[in-house]
Amino acid sequence: MVNATNGLDTFPKLLVHNASVFAQRPAMRHKDFGIWQTWSWAEMLEEIRAFSLGLQAIGLKKGDKVAVVGSNRPALYWSFAAVQALGGVPIPVYADSVADEMVYVLQHAEVKFAIVQDQEQVDKILSVKEQLPELEQLAYDWQRGLGDYDEPFLHHIGSLQDVGRQALKVDPSLGQKWLEGINEGKGADLSVMLYTSGTTGKPKGVMLSYDNLVISSRNANKFDNFDENDEIIAYLPLAWVGDHIFSYGQSLTAGYCVCCPESPETVTENRREIAPTYFFAPPRVFEGLLTDITVRMEDASPFKQKMFKYFLDVANRVGEKILNGDGEVSFKDRLLYKLGDLFVYGPLKNRLGMTRMKVGYTAGEAIGPEIFKFYRSLGLNLKQLYGQTEASVYITAQPDGQISADTVGTPSPDVEIEITDTGEVLYRSPGVFMGYYKNDAATADTKSKEGWVKTGDAGFLDTNGHLRIIDRAKDVGQLNNGCMFPPKYIENKLKFFPNIKEAVAIGDGRDFTAVMLNIDLQPVANWAERNNIAYASYQELANHPKVYEMMADHVDHVNQDLASEERVAGAQIHRFLVLHKELDADDGELTRTMKVRRSLINERYDPLIEALYDGSAERFVETEVVFEDGRKGNISATVKIEDAKTYAPQSMKEAAE
Amino acid sequence: MNAHTNPSGMNLSSSRDDGIAVGDELLSVDNVTLRFGGVTAIEDISFDIRKGEVRAIIGPNGAGKTSMLNVINGFYHPQEGTIRFRGETRTKMKPYEAAASGIARTFQNVALFTGMSTLDNIMSGRSLKMNKNFITQMFYYGPARDEEIQHRRRVEEIIDFLEIAHIRRQPVGKLPYGLQKRVELGRALALEPDLLLLDEPMAGMNLEEKEDMSRFIIDVNQQFGTTIALIEHDMGVVMDLADRVVVLDYGKKIADGIPEDVQASQEVIDAYLGVPH
Repeated sequence: MVNATNGLDTFPKLLVHNASVFAQRPAMRHKDFGIWQTWSWAEMLEEIRAFSLGLQAIGLKKGDKVAVVGSNRPALYWSFAAVQALGGVPIPVYADSVADEMVYVLQHAEVKFAIVQDQEQVDKILSVKEQLPELEQLAYDWQRGLGDYDEPFLHHIGSLQDVGRQALKVDPSLGQKWLEGINEGKGADLSVMLYTSGTTGKPKGVMLSYDNLVISSRNANKFDNFDENDEIIAYLPLAWVGDHIFSYGQSLTAGYCVCCPESPETVTENRREIAPTYFFAPPRVFEGLLTDITVRMEDASPFKQKMFKYFLDVANRVGEKILNGDGEVSFKDRLLYKLGDLFVYGPLKNRLGMTRMKVGYTAGEAIGPEIFKFYRSLGLNLKQLYGQTEASVYITAQPDGQISADTVGTPSPDVEIEITDTGEVLYRSPGVFMGYYKNDAATADTKSKEGWVKTGDAGFLDTNGHLRIIDRAKDVGQLNNGCMFPPKYIENKLKFFPNIKEAVAIGDGRDFTAVMLNIDLQPVANWAERNNIAYASYQELANHPKVYEMMADHVDHVNQDLASEERVAGAQIHRFLVLHKELDADDGELTRTMKVRRSLINERYDPLIEALYDGSAERFVETEVVFEDGRKGNISATVKIEDAKTYAPQSMKEAAE
Repeated sequence: MNAHTNPSGMNLSSSRDDGIAVGDELLSVDNVTLRFGGVTAIEDISFDIRKGEVRAIIGPNGAGKTSMLNVINGFYHPQEGTIRFRGETRTKMKPYEAAASGIARTFQNVALFTGMSTLDNIMSGRSLKMNKNFITQMFYYGPARDEEIQHRRRVEEIIDFLEIAHIRRQPVGKLPYGLQKRVELGRALALEPDLLLLDEPMAGMNLEEKEDMSRFIIDVNQQFGTTIALIEHDMGVVMDLADRVVVLDYGKKIADGIPEDVQASQEVIDAYLGVPH
């Protein structure tokens, strides 16, 4: 399949191609001033060409690195192709990184241009400008508040486009030269650099070639039958490989339309308006949506509540069977399911913006089996995939009809998988990255000469050839009594409760497992309101005895669950506490993709961890917090610690009695 | 399909070109005295507001700040003194006349239509600008609808500017206080005012909300060129935002000048901290 690119081996070439074959079909939408504005492929090509020529006019040359910082706005997506058409390399950067984090990436990548969304990002870059001697030009999309900035190197994207259009008018041959430049591009060229958020250490710049991305995108489109009639909503960070593939790579290769929301706060509403046919979300988004529905239903009239519950029970019983095409569903159940679709599932899907959803994917972390089942039972084709930046996303994905909550599917097209003796998953595919930028040691460490890449995840292939991931290979530890301690496995079980937002399990090299929990404010606050529990702050609510009772109940469930599984029965939770503050990426406790940073948490909450193991009933703790603008403050609290009930492992029960 | 307007192309600045250059006097208050029966709320106060500036009015509680705004706004009529707006000396003026002449305001206690959506609230700020008569407005089609579309566009620009798209359809009564204040600012902006009076725009807000609001005030001032007079208690905010500050105490003017000077004035310090009488 490597040669199946028909000469259309770079994104700018694909753009030019699409503008002729799909001409007036929609390429991009953006809700602006309350109305969905649409650009056809031909119009988008014109916009991008003007932008590109404007960038050329202010000195962008082949090989130059260009940082792209901001949320999902058309101009920022255009900047990718506009830069690539000139032979430049776009480097999307997480928009919510604080200035210090950003400096590292911009310095490391030797960024010469930066294209940013708004005043906030301009200010951020100006504040560290002295540390970026290579940075020559800065362009922005949204003018608000930037009226009196008179830095000569600061440009508005709109005026750059005007410059480009003017230049083209004066010298029409520029258009031809621009196309020639595009045709010089090769599939093997560096297409984009994506910095991994890095659970440990400094971020690494993953270099992906056009071949990597174009072939992976084409394979993915084929796997799920995407074509120019599909539509997605772009709402995930630009700097994340998933968004780059879904909203850029796959759109250009399939010709489907990408819709940009009005603002990050309106995504849910905008999704309802667009009803995308392809939807990707990490598990937490699906969890959030479900929590939202549950909370709303609790406020609904008793009749509605009854109807909702009745038909959800029906869906729970037969929905997945119907979706999978299993023939063992009675006529009555089919009829009830149809009725349910009319009264409950249909309106619900409409509210979720999933009415037209052909394929939905979740990845990044394990999804709760209950949550996964809930969506599937409504008739939504939600599937799981397993991927990495280094693989241009796709490693494994679930084919239609072969779905289960605890596997991540079979190897994607053109991908080979191998499991090492230690249980680590390796893969090899056309999507495998070129290397880490200026970090050969790390490249050699991750990618073998034969092209095999280490995932860092422990897993195994089950009898059906589906991959099952247990945990990060390096995270699986051992308790002092020799029992296996898989922290993420335990944390995920806890996080499947809607009231628990985040959990951190501790136990490697210790006598027993202990956990620190974060409540999820929305459902817990709603619960508090219904139960007349007064509180003034997150901290007070988290520390409320009733909340502790609720958490104790959840922990108890998890322990019963663990006790029933022989391999992890010894890792039951003995003690737990509820943290007084939310774990936050700004404080470095989570990565930008919301994964727990263990080492930092262990260090920061050391007094609490000590208290978990020395039998104390409470402990005073003071924590530093960092605001988004870089300033620091302190939060202090006395945190209670409680014991949890543990159960004898079920297989050993008889011996114990 | 040329509907792809850039937000930057937005122009909400005053439609009137009144011939007053930036930096020249827009409004002046001359020897104004306001009494309620035996109580003198404002005593012989004079100051001016120049076009394009942010003018702060500060002072301890009961100093007469809000009364001053109410006088400018035409809600109170001073017993003595005159008010000159755009070079014209004003006689007794009703608040709606003030609004029509280009003065908009927000209130210390949010005064929105709580049952109506954000969109409708801001739209209500446009009502003075709507010219079509009652009869045409009775019909859905025709000139009234075209006019409404024009105004809706302006309102959407304001919504975009104030970043409140996500609450466009929500009834404002359910919104948090900080957002209600922003909606109120939106409604005032819908008037496309020459002079915007803000009565404690940041009262009761937390730090983050204050920073947001400060940014919006600066942006309104810079981007639309709107002249702003604001009352504020948070001295940090005043020092950051205001070009010039006038200080009132017990209805009298005790200082007037740039923030640094006012801050250093002994009289101002005394007024805020109190002196033994």
